[in-house]
Amino acid sequence: MSFEVLDAGMLALLQDSGRYGYQHIGVTTGGPMDEHAFFWANRLLGNATNAAQIEINIGRLGLLAHADTYIALTGADLGARINGKEVTPWRTFQIQRGDRIEFGMPVAGLRAYIAVAGGLKPATKLGSCATVVREGLGGLDGRGQKLAKGDRLEFDRSELQSGASLPPQEIPDYQKVLSLGVIPCYQYQHFSPSERMTFFSGTYEVSQRIDRMGYRLTGDPIHSDLDGIISEGIAYGAIQVPSDGQPIVLMKDRQTIGGYPKIGCLSALDAGQLAQRGPGAVVRFYLTDVADAEAKRAIFSHKLETWKASLGSLTAAERNCQP
Amino acid sequence: MKIEAVNENTCIVYFGDRITDDNAGLVKQAAEAIRQDMADVVTDLVPSYTSVLVCYDAVKMDRFGIATRLRQTLTRSERESQMDDASTTIELPVYYDPEVGLDLDDVCKYAGLGRDDVVRIHSEQTYRVYAIGFSPGFAYLGITDQRIALPRKATPRQKVPTGSVGIAGSQTAIYPSSTPGGWQIIGRTPKKMIDWDSESLALVAVGDRVQFRSIDRQEYIDLGGNFDEL
Repeated sequence: MSFEVLDAGMLALLQDSGRYGYQHIGVTTGGPMDEHAFFWANRLLGNATNAAQIEINIGRLGLLAHADTYIALTGADLGARINGKEVTPWRTFQIQRGDRIEFGMPVAGLRAYIAVAGGLKPATKLGSCATVVREGLGGLDGRGQKLAKGDRLEFDRSELQSGASLPPQEIPDYQKVLSLGVIPCYQYQHFSPSERMTFFSGTYEVSQRIDRMGYRLTGDPIHSDLDGIISEGIAYGAIQVPSDGQPIVLMKDRQTIGGYPKIGCLSALDAGQLAQRGPGAVVRFYLTDVADAEAKRAIFSHKLETWKASLGSLTAAERNCQP
Repeated sequence: MKIEAVNENTCIVYFGDRITDDNAGLVKQAAEAIRQDMADVVTDLVPSYTSVLVCYDAVKMDRFGIATRLRQTLTRSERESQMDDASTTIELPVYYDPEVGLDLDDVCKYAGLGRDDVVRIHSEQTYRVYAIGFSPGFAYLGITDQRIALPRKATPRQKVPTGSVGIAGSQTAIYPSSTPGGWQIIGRTPKKMIDWDSESLALVAVGDRVQFRSIDRQEYIDLGGNFDEL
């Protein structure tokens, strides 16, 4: 029972929630760029939280189903089609042997997730299948390869009886101007009040230089009173400011340590929303604190835990509507 | 010691604001104590020079809980440390020769010394592992003797061969895998710095001590060293 990759697309990667416990030897975590979309995809199918999925970065991917199953699509709207019929994300779909699932170009957002009932069953390396191409870790055979034409993605028989969709109020709008909460930490004190003012009152644009390691933004430059710092561990979402004054938000494939001053850090959920923005998107920053980030995460975890498929499940008519 | 929150599941502990052997010792000791006592909540640790970044399970613990646990753990480990300063010393054989030490002659020129002197200066002292990062297993060792502390190359190499031993200012390092890099390469070790199939994965840990030992071409080959450039 498997999916066959007919078209590898731009950058489709196997991801679970990440490779934890090895940063002390310089191994980054990898994992989904957008945790909100990733965790909901597994939840819609009743999968284990950590079950392996495909992260489709930017666009295109073609899959052929070699067995019946259910899938969930979340995250970006990349113009997905099932057997040629357009489908929108944030719900499950019943898939039959021979069905074709295809993704096009971004309509809204940048990264889509496709989960399969029971989870995909790739090899694991250091306890995870999270694909980090730079390190040569994770992916289908554990060597850090992105998905390629002809790959077979194995899954188990599905026990699922019915489909489900996410309540509309939980579906993010990836096209609105993004406001990101900055937790003051690291070298925040080394940015003068006027530099902070510039940072929090201005708007920044997502540049062309974005990848799974970091998001370079452009806007009014800001400077700390430090040339560099003693290299220290970099948290997911940390905002590094090199000497050109243009902030870089460090993402899932970041290096584990670094020597640039950092003005603060985003929460994982906010960093995930940034990951759905492409070049030209506008973002603003506001000052928040750890307590707020903790509370937002606790609410998210609570919703995931208490969500009942029956409340959000599809009507019989929707269920019978085979794409 | 200073504990600061970073985000909803990360905090950082600072042990000083200067790169010293003592601070490196404190970082190593702290990392070991946290790993031993707090495995139930800690998901990842990044020790580096003067600090330890601690990632934890936010479902089990909030920022106050983690700070309390860290303070308990680190106070206890400080108390116990007086009797126990058993830093591991790892010996690394290195073939110092222009055949594999692509910049050895440049370092000699910079130092105004012959090859034998540069090799002796580099290998007679022990180094402390201050940090691991850049790429898996890449260990930053210090502090190199001022006489051979040649700065990084103006233009980095596209690919530095696996095992290359380099100098960049006051630090020295071994490339655990073939990556781009700008360090001045003076030799190569046949030892595997990172081995995904071994128990410990990385040959050295932050805080360990490293001693280089000069070997000749024959011993380099006997120990499994190779000469492929890329």
